[in-house]
Amino acid sequence: MHPSSKYVSRTIALLTVGAALVACGGAPGPAPEAAAEGDGVLTIYSGRNEALVGPLIAQLEAAVGSPVEVRYGSTGEMAAQLLEEGADSPADLFFAQDAGALGAVAGAGLLAPLPADVLEPALERYRAADSTWVATSARARVVAYNTALVPEADLPASLDDLLDPRWAGQIGIAPSNASWLSFVTGLRLIRGEDGARQWLTAFAAQNPQRFDGNGAVVDAVAAGSVAAGLVNHYYLFEKIAELDPATYPVRNHYVANDPLGLVNVAGVGVTASADDPGPALEAVRYLLSTEGQQYLVDETAEYPVIAGVTPARTDVDLAPLESLSAPDVDLADLSSLAETETLLQEVGLL
Amino acid sequence: MATRPRARVRPGRAPALLVGWGAVAGVVAVVPLVYLVVRALENGPGLFLTVLGRPRTLDLLVASVLLAGAVTAVCVVVGSLAAWLVVRTDLPGRRVLAVLFALPLAVPSYVAGFTWISEWPTSAGFWGAFGVLAAVSFPYVYLPVAGALRAADGGLEEVARSLGHGPARVLLGVTLRQAWPAATAGGLLVALYVLSDFGAVSLMRYDTFTLGIYTSYRGTFDRTPAAVLGCVLVVLAALVTFGEARARGRAAHRIARGAARPAAPVRLGGARVPWLGFSAVVVGVSLGIPAWSLTHWMVVGSSLGVDVSDLGAAGLVTLQVAALGALLTTVLAIPVGVLAARYRGRATAALETSTYVAHALPGITVGLALVFLGIRLLPGIYQETPLLVLAYAVLFLPLAVGAIRAAVAATPARLEEVARSLGHGRITTLARVTVPLAAPGVAAGAALVFLTAAKELPATLLLRPTGADTLAIRLWTHTGAGQYAAAAPYAILLVVLAAVPVLLLDRAVRR
Repeated sequence: MHPSSKYVSRTIALLTVGAALVACGGAPGPAPEAAAEGDGVLTIYSGRNEALVGPLIAQLEAAVGSPVEVRYGSTGEMAAQLLEEGADSPADLFFAQDAGALGAVAGAGLLAPLPADVLEPALERYRAADSTWVATSARARVVAYNTALVPEADLPASLDDLLDPRWAGQIGIAPSNASWLSFVTGLRLIRGEDGARQWLTAFAAQNPQRFDGNGAVVDAVAAGSVAAGLVNHYYLFEKIAELDPATYPVRNHYVANDPLGLVNVAGVGVTASADDPGPALEAVRYLLSTEGQQYLVDETAEYPVIAGVTPARTDVDLAPLESLSAPDVDLADLSSLAETETLLQEVGLL
Repeated sequence: MATRPRARVRPGRAPALLVGWGAVAGVVAVVPLVYLVVRALENGPGLFLTVLGRPRTLDLLVASVLLAGAVTAVCVVVGSLAAWLVVRTDLPGRRVLAVLFALPLAVPSYVAGFTWISEWPTSAGFWGAFGVLAAVSFPYVYLPVAGALRAADGGLEEVARSLGHGPARVLLGVTLRQAWPAATAGGLLVALYVLSDFGAVSLMRYDTFTLGIYTSYRGTFDRTPAAVLGCVLVVLAALVTFGEARARGRAAHRIARGAARPAAPVRLGGARVPWLGFSAVVVGVSLGIPAWSLTHWMVVGSSLGVDVSDLGAAGLVTLQVAALGALLTTVLAIPVGVLAARYRGRATAALETSTYVAHALPGITVGLALVFLGIRLLPGIYQETPLLVLAYAVLFLPLAVGAIRAAVAATPARLEEVARSLGHGRITTLARVTVPLAAPGVAAGAALVFLTAAKELPATLLLRPTGADTLAIRLWTHTGAGQYAAAAPYAILLVVLAAVPVLLLDRAVRR
């Protein structure tokens, strides 16, 4: 080797090792400024879309009385960011799109338990067993179908009907979407590991089509590239907010008493790294207030998590939550994603 | 040796300053690799091997290699032909085409992908991903090849013709040899881009490593499998980079003294019509379809209502972070490019490769690596512009390194020798001779980084200062909520902003 090359490689090696050592050691370093919340700013990491909850957060800011800073991202990426930041996170509040993400962050010890008086308005079944987070709205899993391609008589009454040959290659799913993973977790909890494996193996053989998200699934159903999709109920209402509902060829099919009709939640948790949890708790209180709940019910067409709120909108075909007879699943158990992941990989769906 | 008219490998030590400066770039580039190894092994080698041994890992590997190979092959052919048409032939309208062939670089893959899937839902899968990625990335080959063909001496072709070689033999034997290093360097960028792309493959639902990594992060919140897949991607990228260095070989160089002569244009004659047809198809697929679709979004949706101040703010943030990203990346790339062009050896090759491999990693991996390191080591700039700009440097170093290496390699080493003989030191020579001569190439590299940073999404989402949204983020926000009409102005402004450096790039290669 040339002398200059040796010099270069030695320098690089030294610096690389230095960087690696620093990285491995997790270098405590100086106290991060960002985590010092003496500035009184409430920092929210929102896994929910700004276009949907932006106005709600503006209302919340007025109610809380502290300045609010929001970082928007997808729920999965926000959860990954929180897990990577660990105890130094600048976030005070995590507003997530599903129970699994909240469960994963709580499981890493990054969420602080909420006081009983803050949780109090939420119905019992919408609180995490360890109080680390609380649901802010509920969303039902539905079968969104193309009205021109699926006669009403052919609509599935349970998930086993989807194994009929007529559905081969005709069902859209969003495999990386948390709501799909929660559905599979629900299936595991209801039917057991073996029952879930059986159904998933048969379902994988049906060659379901994969999409990047629920919105893309509904688009594909509308375009007719698949006949139906397994999604959350409100995506349809997002679509018809922009396109004419009369000609939009997609409808929601609610499946009662079946894992297909699992009711999942969006929710919030206060981070353990918040120096002054006061404003964050006020924000949770606002999200569980009648006013906050009314916004979610009317603007995003979700289900409330407190008693006594009814939708003011009449243009959406929202099946009453009670009629869904959602499966009796403890939402906190929906965070048992590792087992779900293993199962999905086993059957080749992830 | 007659085939080595210029001293390309110079004896003597590389200046220590250059080496130290280059080593900084090397360290910046390996930051995500260190993070990946730490994450991949944190739960022990057992889990690492388990993830590695899953059948899905092999599936993803095969799918990624197939896609990258196919897209790269097509881009090398189409990009080289496009460059030959506008530089070396008498094709009518070639001046306009010269610009149109460069512009697809300004179209983000997620915008092009969305267009295709919404117009032709059946394009999903391999062919859709292949089509979209080839359409947006062939300019990575077109631009350097056009530059190389413009700079090459036409005298060699005249000699070949005078020896009785027909047009085809001249094209393959002389012209192609002149363009080959530029074509392979462009092909390398295409291959790494395809390996790292998320937008097109997710919209087309074609499972690659990058899509697998996203699914793992988003779906399960478990970072180890994603890191293991990232490690495999790094190894793949290193292999591709080494392969390119082997395939690049040596360019044919002029041997005459005195000024190079421009090549006489090839008269296409009756072949004009099919070549015009070829050009129309390339432009139609790569530019026409997205342009038509964006207009369609604007017109059809009912969520239209352009928030001009919001649009302007996002435009300014984009300009700022992309310009800073281009500046830092270029500063870090200069020593690597100069070392690679002037002081080749195993160590410089390793340094150059280290700056390339992170380019194959998806933005979310590099973003999370900087979240991990930033919050622990640099809390003062965490979620501030400097850390975001650093992420752009990690992601896009090779775009600048490649441009600078080619530009420095093309400047005659003899001029530097003259400066040295006049008593100038190595660094003075570098500053007063080499860098000014290579300036257009350096600027071209910076422009390429600027436009790529302007389009970047996942790392920007993780690292931007809270509240500072780029056009790409606003676009993502609106499309995420299904508001395509509201998203359209952001997409259009993004494409326009990215088009400015593309035009500058085109200027630079025309000099």
